[in-house]
Amino acid sequence: MGKKQLVLVGNGMAGVRAIEEILSIAKDEFQITIFGAEPHPNYNRILLSKVLQGDTDIKDITLNDWDWYEENNIQLYTNETVIKVDTENKTVITDADRIQPYDELILATGSVPFILPIPGADKKGVTAFRDIKDTDTMLAASKQYKKAAVIGGGLLGLEAARGLLNLGMDVSVIHLAPFLMERQLDATAGRLLQNELEKQGMTFLLEKQTEEIVGDDRVEGLRFKDGTSIEADLVVMAVGIRPNTTLGAESGIPVNRGIIVNDYMQTEIPHIYAVGECAEHRGIAYGLVAPLYEQAKVLAKHMCGIETKPYEGSVLSTQLKVSGVEVFSAGDFNESEEKKAIKVFDEQDGIYKKIVLRGNQIVGAVLFGDSSEGNRLFSMIQKEADISETSKISILQPLSQEAGTSITAAMSDDEIICGCNGVSKGAIIQAIQEKGCSSTDEIKACTGASRSCGGCKPLVEEILQHTLGSDFDASAQKEAICGCTTLSRDEVVEEIKAKGLSHTREVMNVLGWKTPEGCSKCRPALNYYLGMINPTKYEDDRTSRFVNERMHANIQKDGTYSVVPRMYGGVTNSTDLRKIADVVDKYEIPLVKMTGGQRIDLIGVKKEDLPKVWEDLDMPSGYAYGKTLRTVKTCVGEQFCRFGTQDSMALGIALEKKFEGLNTPHKVKMAVSACPRNCAESGIKDLGVVGIDGGWELYVGGNGGTHLRAGDLLMKVKTNEEVLEYAGTYLQYYRETANYLERTSAWLERVGLSHVQSVLNDPEKRQELNGRMNETLSVHKDPWKDFLEDKQTSKELFENVVTTS
Amino acid sequence: MVNKDVTKVCIGKIEELPEQLGKTVYIEDKELAVFKLSDGSIRAIENRCPHKGGVLAEGIVSGQYVFCPMHDWKISLEDGIVQEPDHGCVKTYETLIEGEHVYLVY
Repeated sequence: MGKKQLVLVGNGMAGVRAIEEILSIAKDEFQITIFGAEPHPNYNRILLSKVLQGDTDIKDITLNDWDWYEENNIQLYTNETVIKVDTENKTVITDADRIQPYDELILATGSVPFILPIPGADKKGVTAFRDIKDTDTMLAASKQYKKAAVIGGGLLGLEAARGLLNLGMDVSVIHLAPFLMERQLDATAGRLLQNELEKQGMTFLLEKQTEEIVGDDRVEGLRFKDGTSIEADLVVMAVGIRPNTTLGAESGIPVNRGIIVNDYMQTEIPHIYAVGECAEHRGIAYGLVAPLYEQAKVLAKHMCGIETKPYEGSVLSTQLKVSGVEVFSAGDFNESEEKKAIKVFDEQDGIYKKIVLRGNQIVGAVLFGDSSEGNRLFSMIQKEADISETSKISILQPLSQEAGTSITAAMSDDEIICGCNGVSKGAIIQAIQEKGCSSTDEIKACTGASRSCGGCKPLVEEILQHTLGSDFDASAQKEAICGCTTLSRDEVVEEIKAKGLSHTREVMNVLGWKTPEGCSKCRPALNYYLGMINPTKYEDDRTSRFVNERMHANIQKDGTYSVVPRMYGGVTNSTDLRKIADVVDKYEIPLVKMTGGQRIDLIGVKKEDLPKVWEDLDMPSGYAYGKTLRTVKTCVGEQFCRFGTQDSMALGIALEKKFEGLNTPHKVKMAVSACPRNCAESGIKDLGVVGIDGGWELYVGGNGGTHLRAGDLLMKVKTNEEVLEYAGTYLQYYRETANYLERTSAWLERVGLSHVQSVLNDPEKRQELNGRMNETLSVHKDPWKDFLEDKQTSKELFENVVTTS
Repeated sequence: MVNKDVTKVCIGKIEELPEQLGKTVYIEDKELAVFKLSDGSIRAIENRCPHKGGVLAEGIVSGQYVFCPMHDWKISLEDGIVQEPDHGCVKTYETLIEGEHVYLVY
């Protein structure tokens, strides 16, 4: 076949990132085989703590699912461990007795968690926290047992402790050092962190060395060197990781702590590379992901013969939200003879900031409680900035927007913005310019930037602002949804998804609303967002519906209501007209009027008569009152008209039947005309369709009301099916990204037609949006029929109390 | 039961009142909006907004306030006072819970 054989040992984050980089440079150069000891496709190990917390599913942390391997012609062997590399014959041998030849080999065997070599470490209930299997063990234990002990108060141990707390266990954290996270924090910040975490319910046993794990078959407790002991049903060892060098050592590849590599990630054996936690570069084996992504990039370029700067090691920065507490550290953050510190310590607000200087150069920083300055300080540390010109205390003050230069403006396109997901500045700019992303949410969806720890979000916003210039409306993104909160619509929707919130009251409670029960602005908005996010499971909150939508009728100024039965496409027949006429007489309805939407309105119906009127009409609700599809107006079209080139009535009826009852951010009005004479007025509709010879034109964002706006031509299609499909995609995108009470006209002006077009042209996004639209439509039921079946609700809403005293 | 100065009229069973929604109640010549709040307490006010006579019973309820469904005036269910920036007030009525039933007292 002519392709070179590339074999990757290890299916983890660093190794697969190297493959992704190689594929993006030279898609067809290699025949790729990957061996992974775990039974899963490539997943984000760092997010296991979210899975433990109950926040996230395994499939949500999958980086590349089984399809990705197929699509890229990668032969993946899971549950198979490579046990030896035959460097002479250039083959690898696995524990399934498979022999795989290679031209180029990458070792990415990661780390093994260190298990304390103490008696009892092999008892049931003792686990590390490294992979999905460990996470499952902990989740299972939390259902049966109560007491958890985490040995190790570093980053991983604290994440595990938080997760177990969330699962309802009593958690004690045992740590050898006198303060927490001593690899990333100094003593002051470590103790502040401890205080915060104790408030959250964690217990800490510091300066304690575990000597033995006691119990029978299963762990029952820990005994410490100082003679004390505690009870425990689950023990998590988070005491460190060691590079997994067994394969290297067994195969004659030089190892030290890790597999030794040069600045191009090559080992000392030709055609063998190593990357990730198993690799040792200039004496350092990294345990955080950002450096590993940098290594993967260099490896890929080198292997493909492309010129690249060598990998020279990484300055480490950690930006964490440990248990909701903001913590940041970077560089060399401990003082000494040659290094001096400047500190700001606000005991009242629990904020601690420190920068460490060598002479006039900033070499390290620690921030606790408010890590918003982290990115800026890290940038200065990486540049080895000289701070002699800057006033000392002001280093730790946030720069005002105008005064400071932007951090990202000075960065090259190659530089990484999002360390957690390895997204470069160039990738983000590409997403903005070529894929039409115009908000941090869209960039997150497109590139993954800011979707893990979120620390780089301010940088992403900066890039957005610079790239879009005056088109970027920061205020639209940040406007609070009402006076009860400071959160914007995007933030609220994010939180609902992230925290799995499922009731309006829960949202207001968890997100800290000023007024516990909200107001007439936010309650209907929250109800809409909750239903939009989870259409099949969310139970509509009728107390948060505006009266019309709650009663499914239009309230009039005198407290009576109007009833508008459905009349699809504005087409009726004598049976329906007779039913309507009879109902008007029986209930003495004072006014019968045609609506602009091509149907009949019965006005002045008394509240207590509504259920009976609906029963006698026996027609579906026309939803003339809702934030939903109103009508699809039509012209007569080719069925009778001399000029019509298409059957507008049939398409209009199909559209109205498909989308009736759909909850939308604001009312949606549609129309179908059979020719450009446009008798159905498609040009001023939220979605207007115009028949042309051989197909249909779709117009969007029109508005015939207070802010008159002509629709924009979205696209041309050939068939009715395409109209229905693209209408679904378009409406679903509107539903998911517009503010509640934003008409499509305003929304389209805000997000831009070309952006919407780019979304609709992406087959993957189309499929996803249509999937969610169909899911939403599947749960629709006619509300008038519903009321007739639910007598109790009918009584509660429509019956008045008439007393006799 | 009627005594000289106070009339007590039964409105209905407390469990029949929907939570955080209003109920229109007719007593003699009066039309009231009766609300069962989320904390279980009962409030009653006249069912007419001082703005343009809108039916308050159909409004959205938040805490101790109801928002008139006509033009969104915010009215206190405690003292009937219309909140800033609008002005006015509605009549409030006293209610009594005895056992399973709710009574209007006037």
